[in-house]
Amino acid sequence: MKKANFVEIEGRSAGYLALLGFLGIFILAALGSSFYMEHNGHHVTGMTNQIVWGMPHVFAVFLIVAASGALNIASISSVFNKTAYKPLARLSGLLAISLLLGGLMVLVLDLGRPDRLIIAMTRYNFRSIFAWNMILYNGFFLIVGIYLWTMMQRSLNKYTHYAGFAAFIWRLTLTTGTGSIFGFLVARQAYDSAIMAPMFVIMSFSFGLAIFLLVLLAAYNWTHRPLGDVIFNTLKNLLGVFVAAVLYFVIVQHLTNIYMAKDSGVEAFILLNGGIYTKLFWIGQILLGSLVPLALLYHPTWGKSRTLVGVAAMLVIIGGMAQMYVIIIGGQAYPLSLFPGMEVQSSFFDGVVNHYAPSLSEIMLGLGGMATAMITVVLAIKILRFLPESLADEVVDPQHS
Amino acid sequence: MSVGLYKKKLSLLLAGLILTLPLSLFAEGILPTVPKAKAKATAEYGCVNPVADMRRNHMKYLLHHRDQTMHKGIRTKKYSLAKCIACHVTPDKNGKYPKFGDNDFFCSSCHNYAAVTIDCFQCHNDNPKSAYSSLNLNRQSLPEGHEKFTSNDTLPSGDAK
Amino acid sequence: MSHIESSKNAALTRRKFLGSAMATTAGLTIAPGVLLFRAAQAKPAAQAVTSKVRWGLLIDNTKCSTGCDDCVTACKTVHKLEGHNRPETDVQWIRKLTVTDKQTGHVMSLPMMCQHCGNPPCVDVCPTGASFKRADGIVLVDRHICIGCRYCMMACPYKARSFEHEVVHDQSVSAPRGKGTVESCTLCVYRVDHGKIPACVEACNEAKHGAMLFGDLNDPESEISKRLTKYGGKEIRADLGLNTGVRYQGI
Repeated sequence: MKKANFVEIEGRSAGYLALLGFLGIFILAALGSSFYMEHNGHHVTGMTNQIVWGMPHVFAVFLIVAASGALNIASISSVFNKTAYKPLARLSGLLAISLLLGGLMVLVLDLGRPDRLIIAMTRYNFRSIFAWNMILYNGFFLIVGIYLWTMMQRSLNKYTHYAGFAAFIWRLTLTTGTGSIFGFLVARQAYDSAIMAPMFVIMSFSFGLAIFLLVLLAAYNWTHRPLGDVIFNTLKNLLGVFVAAVLYFVIVQHLTNIYMAKDSGVEAFILLNGGIYTKLFWIGQILLGSLVPLALLYHPTWGKSRTLVGVAAMLVIIGGMAQMYVIIIGGQAYPLSLFPGMEVQSSFFDGVVNHYAPSLSEIMLGLGGMATAMITVVLAIKILRFLPESLADEVVDPQHS
Repeated sequence: MSVGLYKKKLSLLLAGLILTLPLSLFAEGILPTVPKAKAKATAEYGCVNPVADMRRNHMKYLLHHRDQTMHKGIRTKKYSLAKCIACHVTPDKNGKYPKFGDNDFFCSSCHNYAAVTIDCFQCHNDNPKSAYSSLNLNRQSLPEGHEKFTSNDTLPSGDAK
Repeated sequence: MSHIESSKNAALTRRKFLGSAMATTAGLTIAPGVLLFRAAQAKPAAQAVTSKVRWGLLIDNTKCSTGCDDCVTACKTVHKLEGHNRPETDVQWIRKLTVTDKQTGHVMSLPMMCQHCGNPPCVDVCPTGASFKRADGIVLVDRHICIGCRYCMMACPYKARSFEHEVVHDQSVSAPRGKGTVESCTLCVYRVDHGKIPACVEACNEAKHGAMLFGDLNDPESEISKRLTKYGGKEIRADLGLNTGVRYQGI
C-alpha cells in the first residue's frame, strides 16, 4: 500500500473564490436575519407561544446530528482499524467540527438572548440534558481537535488510536444527548420515548455520511484529484445500510405509539391527517429520504453512477431535514393533552392544531449555518493538509494493486 | 501620622493635581453631569453607603441583592434597584421623567460616558412613577398566622403616587 | 463553604443596615407611625423564604363560571401584561379553559396557570438554572440568567409559559419582564412577599365568586389544607407525578 499523501488544495481558481463568495452571501444573510430577529423580537419570525422551536431548530439539530455522524469515517479507521478509511479520517474530523460549528451558530443566534451565551457556558443545571449537551458540544470541539492533531503531526500518530476511541465514545454520547433533548420531554406525546436517543444516533450515521459523501465528491471533482471506485463503493454501501437502519427505527417508533391508545391521536396526526406534516413524513422522509435513495444505492447499474449516488446522498439530506421538521415542528403542532379524552378550548390555542409558517429570516439563518459549516471546510482544506492527493484504488486498498 | 509621611502624601497629591490639571480644564464639557437624587437616603452618606463606595461597588451590591431577592425572597430595600430608581430618577420641571439612555437619566449619565452597557432596563421599568402605578397592595392580606413585613410599599416620601 | 461565609457576611451587613436604616429614615418619613410599624416588622424582610411554607391554590370548579375572566383581567392589570393584538405571540400568564367531556357533553370552566409543581419539569430542563423553585414552592424564571432557549416551554405539560416576543415598555415593579426571555405566573410572588394574596384570588373574592383559595399547603390549620383534607383536590395531569401546588375541586 502506498502511503496517502496529504496536500492542501491550491485554492486560487476563480471557481474556488466564487464558492467562497457564494457561501459568504448566505452567511451575511444569516447574520442579517439574526440581527433583524433579535432587534424586533421573535414576533417577526414564524415562531409563536405554541411552536416555540421553529425552522432554526430544524437546521440546527440536523447539523448537530450530522456533525457527530460525519466523524464516523474517522472512527472506523482509528477505532476499528479499517485501513481503507484512513486517508479519509482527517476530512471526516474536519467535517464533524465544521458541521457542529454551523449548527451551534444557528442554535445560538435563535436564542431569545444570544448576548447571554456566556451565561450558558458558565452556569450549568446538571439535571438538564440541555446543559449536558453544551458540555458535550464544547468537549466535541476539543476532543476532535486533539484527534485531528494526533493524525496530522507524525510524532503524535501513536496516540491516534486512543484519541479516536475517545472521540468515538464522545460522539455517541453527544448524539444520545441530542436525542434525549426530545426523549426526556414527558409533556409532549410525540417525543417522550427512550427510542429517541438511539434513533438520533442512527440518524447521525446516515445524515453525516450523506454530507461526507457529497463533500468528498465535490472536493475531488473540483480539484481534479482521483477518487477510486473502491473507496467510493464502500462509502455508498455503508450509506445504504445506514438509511435502512434509520427506516427501521422510524417504523419501530411509530408502531410502538400506534399500539398505545393514548398516543393514537398524535400518530394519526403525523401519519394520516396532519396536512403538511403527513405529506412531509410520507413524501419527504419515507419516499424521497429513504426508499428512493435505497433504490439508487443498491440498484446494480444506478449504484455505479456517481451522479446518481450523489443524488441519493442529496435525497438523504432532504429526507433528513423533512424528518427533523416532522419531529420538531409536527411534535409541537399537535396540542398538549391537558385533560386526556376531553375537548379543551381557550384563548391560548389549547386543543387545536398549532399553526407554523417559517419566515424568510429563519430559513436564511438555517441556510447560513450550513454555509458556515461548508466555508469552514473549504478554507481549512486550503490551509492545512486534510485531503489526500489521490484516493485512487491503489492508494486506498492494499489488495487492489 | 509622621511628618515625613505627611509630606510624602502632600507631594503625591500635588503631583496628581498637576497631572490632572489639563484634564480639569476640559472637565466642564467632557465629564458627565450626574443628576441629583430626590432625597438623602441616609443622613451621614447621602446615598445608602458613602458615595465613593457606591460609585465603585454599586454593581456588586445590585447583583448580590438581585439574586437574594429573586431566589430567596429577601426584599430589603437598601440595594433594591426599584428603590435606587425611585430616588435617583427625577422629573424635570415639567414633571417629565428622563428615559434610560438619555444623558439626564441617572444611570445613563455615567454609563453613556463610560460606554458600559447595562441591560437592567430591558426588563425593569426606568420610570419610578409608572412602575408602581399598577400596584395595589392595600387590599386583602395573607391568611392569618403568616408574617407580613410591610404594611404597604410605596415610593419614597416626597413623591406623589 | 464560601457560600456559607458570604451569606454570613450578607447577614452582618444587613443587620448593620437595619440599625442605620432605623436611625436615619426617621428624619425622612413624615408619618412616624408608619416608620414604627416598618421598623418593628422589618426583620422578616431580610429573612429568606423557607420550605416550612408551601404556597398553593385551591380552585373550586363548581363556583367558577363560564365566561367569567375576572382572575385573568386582574393578572393582566397588576402585572401590566399588555398585548399587541397578536394572540399567537402575546403572553398569557393565566387563561380560562373550557373543558368538554365528549362522552357526556358535560362542560367545565376553569382557570389554568403555572401549577407550581413540586417536581417541575421546567426546572429540570433549564440549562442555566434560570427556571427554579423557591423554597416556599413558587416556581419562577430568573430572567437575569434566562437565555431564551424555550426548552422549559417544550417541557411544561400545562402550556403555562410564554416567551416574550417583543420589546416591553412600562413594566410593573412587581413584574419586570423583557424581550427574549420566558415568563409565567409568579403566584404574585411580589405581593406574597409583601403579605398579600395573589391578584387573581383577590379579584375572585372581591367579585364574590369565591372560587379561588390561596394558602399554605404545609400548615394543617390553614383554610386551604382543611378544605383539601375534607373535600380533596385533584391535580391536572396527576399521572405525570408532578405534585402540583394548584389543586382543583370538581374536575
